[in-house]
Amino acid sequence: MSSTATTIQPGEGAPGTVHVHHDHHELNFVQKYVFSVDHKVIGIQFMLVGLVMFVVGGLLAMAIRWQLAWPGTEMPVLGQLLYPETGKAISPEFYTSLFTMHGTVMIFFVIIPLLTGAFGNYLIPLMIGAPDMAFPKLNMLGFWFMIPGLILACMSFTAEGGAASSGWTAYPPLSTLAQSNPGSRGGQTFWLMGLTFSGVSSMMGAVNYVTTIAKMRAPGMTLMRMPLTIWALLIAAILQLFALPVLTAASFMQLSDRVLHTGFFTPTNLVINQVNSEAAGAAAGGQPLLWQHLFWFYSHPAVYIMVLPAMGLASDIIAVHARKPIFGYKPMVYSMSAIAGLGFIVWGHHMFASGMNPAMGMTFMVATIMIALPSAVKVFNWLGTLWGARIQLTTPMLNAVGFVSMFIIGGLSGIWMAATPVDIYIHDTYIVVAHFHYVVFGGSVFAIFAGIYHWFPKMFGRLMNETLGKIHFVGTFVFTNCVFYMMHQLGLAGLMRRTADPYAYEVFHHLKPLNQFISISAFCLFAWQIFFVVNFFHSMFWGKRVGRNPWRATTLEWTAPSPPGHGNFDYQIEVKRGPYEYASAEVDEDFHMQAERVDG
Amino acid sequence: MLTRLFTALLLLAVPVLGVYTFVTAADHGWWMQPEVSTFGQDVDFLFYLILGMVTFFFVLTEMLLFWFVWRYSKKDSSKAVYTHGSHKLEMLWTAVPAGLLVLIAFFQMSTWAEMRFKGSFPEGEPFAHVWASQFDWRFQYPGADGEFGTMDDLESPYEFVVPVNQPVKFVLHSRDVIHSFSVPAFRLKQDAMPGLAIPVWFQAEEIGEYDLVCMELCGWGHYKMAGKVRVVSEEDYRAYMAGLQSEFMNTGMEG
Repeated sequence: MSSTATTIQPGEGAPGTVHVHHDHHELNFVQKYVFSVDHKVIGIQFMLVGLVMFVVGGLLAMAIRWQLAWPGTEMPVLGQLLYPETGKAISPEFYTSLFTMHGTVMIFFVIIPLLTGAFGNYLIPLMIGAPDMAFPKLNMLGFWFMIPGLILACMSFTAEGGAASSGWTAYPPLSTLAQSNPGSRGGQTFWLMGLTFSGVSSMMGAVNYVTTIAKMRAPGMTLMRMPLTIWALLIAAILQLFALPVLTAASFMQLSDRVLHTGFFTPTNLVINQVNSEAAGAAAGGQPLLWQHLFWFYSHPAVYIMVLPAMGLASDIIAVHARKPIFGYKPMVYSMSAIAGLGFIVWGHHMFASGMNPAMGMTFMVATIMIALPSAVKVFNWLGTLWGARIQLTTPMLNAVGFVSMFIIGGLSGIWMAATPVDIYIHDTYIVVAHFHYVVFGGSVFAIFAGIYHWFPKMFGRLMNETLGKIHFVGTFVFTNCVFYMMHQLGLAGLMRRTADPYAYEVFHHLKPLNQFISISAFCLFAWQIFFVVNFFHSMFWGKRVGRNPWRATTLEWTAPSPPGHGNFDYQIEVKRGPYEYASAEVDEDFHMQAERVDG
Repeated sequence: MLTRLFTALLLLAVPVLGVYTFVTAADHGWWMQPEVSTFGQDVDFLFYLILGMVTFFFVLTEMLLFWFVWRYSKKDSSKAVYTHGSHKLEMLWTAVPAGLLVLIAFFQMSTWAEMRFKGSFPEGEPFAHVWASQFDWRFQYPGADGEFGTMDDLESPYEFVVPVNQPVKFVLHSRDVIHSFSVPAFRLKQDAMPGLAIPVWFQAEEIGEYDLVCMELCGWGHYKMAGKVRVVSEEDYRAYMAGLQSEFMNTGMEG
């Protein structure tokens, strides 16, 4: 009945409640690594695709930064490649495509796939003690739905008129009327289709995550014994389940406005270049504000989809490397739930200046200001965890602490944006850009780095190089702040976002040196990632080999072999205690594993 | 040891340089443009109120983070403090920020109502209809008869001329896509939404020329969709209108 094997034996092990396997036949390479139904392979696939797209999104950002520091001038290296027809300089038309696609790629094909796709897939079954996802084939389909999504989004660049260029928010009628915007001729259609595929892909993932967490937890794994990563991924998946159908419906409506000439969002009698839009074939009678409501009903919760898993990862990593239980586990769970709940009634704060009923603005303001509360509670609890700890400054820990430091800034600056009268000044200025980059780059990206450094030994059985990791962290941390902190200053001076030439206004001329400083820092930030890339691939093949539990952590994934074989656990386990039993007096060591072996 | 020192310094640099940047920002012009409208003062007061609160919590949390990471990363073979939390502390750090946030929210309401609620709008006919289109601004005045939509309506591009110290109400339209009428010096921003006629008001308190900036992405030429609001004395305002009138008559004759 039982196997005493403790070494890595994929496909071998004891059958039991936590281990089902029925494919004893050898899988070929394609089944194993390409069209795999194993959650671990799918997780790593999401991770690799996300990281490749991170480079693409980063390059787009570099072009944006070039334009803001030296507008209209010849761009070195990339200029020849990308803009031969405009004298190697970025045209205003192309600039609008650049920031549109930068936002789209980073949100839909980097952050969401990395957090929910990669970590969600890899960690959920391992951390709750399940052999795989509830629906492995659906899981595989989810990954393969994202691929056409990103291909379509990238094909946007090849369309007539260039890539989508109405911002990642795609406000109609700019996005629906081909005459109003070069990117709305063909690019926008590809953009909408890409978004739909990516949405459906996330939806499949979300169904899987919720079902798996609800039904497949190992014996003894009660809800209140789940690691905070699992709570965070569960809550993010629920957000996706409720919010994504709205985005999908809205993008279909916009698609049909564009292709079938329906009139959901396009109002009557618009005049573009002296031509009446209806005479030019567009439908009429629509309402642009409707799109904004539908879009933000998804896209505000999407912000939390992008940051909740990051909070979960950071919490787990901090507990492990601080050698101390999480301070206030239950308040952490409640505050994440509160963020998710409130997250659904704050979307209107993106629309304070839109002409929406001002009484609604007031309601949205109160809800938005209150959402700062659960975030504050989380910060205090992370600090509480660090108090009296025995901190080990490993690379994952550095990145997790960096996450907390950056998230504080991103969280606090949000209060200005929530306060309606103040927001009227800063809405659509660079202070907004600073704010959401502190949350999504300073927050989510640092948590992603922390997560990769932390779970890499589980994924590949080898440690990442600590020295390279630390060099990577220090540079990334410094340059991130140089880039994004100074954007607060641009925004306060009134500089607007999405402008192809900030110096078209005399009042912004003095911001040029600051913009150049930001751009040079951004180029350094981008170049610095070479330390991560080298470390990642070098360690994958030549990193130091490790056993099951290199960090001496308590949670279930560290019970399994590194890397875990098919079916994950090679013996039967039962969960005996909570996930953060560090420094407990019950055992001599400073950690007490969550699960115990029960089969033998 | 080196890692510990570096990490601590980095974490300490965040609050120190963060506050330093904000304190010295005004010297470089990295700060808010001077305000010259009636609700500008209120907006700036609320901004500084939030800035005060935010700075307090920013410095507090970042310094604690720095101190804990420095203090508790010291080599120590004993175990960490074994605690799962404290109910009292949780109550404290939930209740205090909650109170402050509710307070902040209530402070905003009167200013927001003054800026946007119908009841606070000045009485009477609007001064102008403002038309946004790719990529310029047009200002339509009622002309001699004081009514809009008649033959003698006056129109001028780029420059919006308004009298000082008088509440100015106008109606904002867009002919094509969404634009945003933004005058940073007035702390004023309102999207021009195609299909809607949105009333807006402000009262400028100083004579001068102020930038009118389009703040909502409106296409490739968004960056150059500039205008001016020229605030003038009552006499200059009348003179300007008379000038516009005669210009209109002349072109009317010729045309």
